[in-house]
Amino acid sequence: MSNQQTSFAKLFVHTFKRDLVLAFRRKSELVNPLIFFLIVVTLFPIGVSPEPQFLAELAPGLLWVAALLSTLLSMESLFKADFDDGSLEQLLLSPQPLFMVVLAKVSAHWLMSGLALTLVAPILAVMLFLPAEGMPGLMLSLLLGTPTLSLIGAIGAALTVGLRRGGVLISLLVLPLYIPVLIFGSSAVQAAITGLPLGGYFALLGALLALALALAPLATGAALRISVSG
Amino acid sequence: MSTELLSAKSLFCERDDRILFEGLDLTLNTGEILQIEGRNGSGKTTLLRILSGLSSHFEGELFWQGEVMGEVQEAYLADLVYIGHLPGVSGQLTTEENLRWHCALHPSLDIEKIDYAIAQVGLRGFEDLPAYQLSAGQKRRIALARLYMSNARLWILDEPFTAIDKVGVAAKEALMLKHLSRGGSVILTTHQDMSDQMPVRTLSLGEPQEVAYE
Repeated sequence: MSNQQTSFAKLFVHTFKRDLVLAFRRKSELVNPLIFFLIVVTLFPIGVSPEPQFLAELAPGLLWVAALLSTLLSMESLFKADFDDGSLEQLLLSPQPLFMVVLAKVSAHWLMSGLALTLVAPILAVMLFLPAEGMPGLMLSLLLGTPTLSLIGAIGAALTVGLRRGGVLISLLVLPLYIPVLIFGSSAVQAAITGLPLGGYFALLGALLALALALAPLATGAALRISVSG
Repeated sequence: MSTELLSAKSLFCERDDRILFEGLDLTLNTGEILQIEGRNGSGKTTLLRILSGLSSHFEGELFWQGEVMGEVQEAYLADLVYIGHLPGVSGQLTTEENLRWHCALHPSLDIEKIDYAIAQVGLRGFEDLPAYQLSAGQKRRIALARLYMSNARLWILDEPFTAIDKVGVAAKEALMLKHLSRGGSVILTTHQDMSDQMPVRTLSLGEPQEVAYE
């Protein structure tokens, strides 16, 4: 049994490392979500109004929407390259559980998109005059929320990987499931600014994450089998 | 004494309103090579994908060593090497990294054998180059290196010799003979002639039939 567990752990670590190496060699995938995030947030004050008070009010929602959209944009590449070169077939023919491989791939992807966004967010929040009290709420809500976005997005990516232009379809499939995360995430930031207790929001975001961690890799695995089978 | 490894009963597959095969039975025993023949588009690749478990667009039953496939899927996958149309080689990874990941997917493989496999397919000196810098034949050789590492009994190979030079083909034939002598077996498709000493049994797929609508 323990032998099997070490082989699962090895598989996870190996796949995780492989995807990180791949991401670093294809620089564009690494940088694209961040650039998108940056562009949306910087264009807003220019396009709407540079008024500090107005921006401060807008900031929680805007940061969360921008983070959500840039995660969504980056999802398409999650399985695309593996599908194109046949690695995905080899992966499905492995006697090892698909759950671990999917979890490792999504984790690596989150590290590149979600975590990076979370780390950049405070700088952009300052640009948007978000009050300092809101920062912990912003960071923590993104830290809990973005992994959920990646996990749910992976289902959409897996379902559409066999299609020629899956990008739009991913959005349609996945957006409804993103809404609760967006609502609780941006409310958490708002609550942090007004000094309300945050425990409830984080509990809900955590619950969503736990649910996604347990179920999304299973759904993604099944979706990959369907996509490759077609 | 040869025993039955893989068998299929009354396979039926339809694609784009054409019946590729209907009522197809096949058995594969140990120590045997089964070559699937047929014109382009006759469903060779589809059949191999069905047999490997990648495709579920079919009717009929598959048996692995006499047991229904659904119940022994994991044991079957552990005993299978499948090399498809796409080599399954990641262009951004080096030869060695590609094979290392393959070892992680198949825990029964010995990671020490990677060096040996790279030498056998003639990629010594190319270990550290990303695969996209290699030629089509060399990329295929990375895929074929899996055969040198494998201890699986069933090999399913879809056009394994595409882009491989004559010396390479001879080496692969020798490898297959060794595999057969160890009680393994091979299912393959190829448009190239194989040497006469190979114990090949052929299965021909006919022309696809249009579905007749009432």
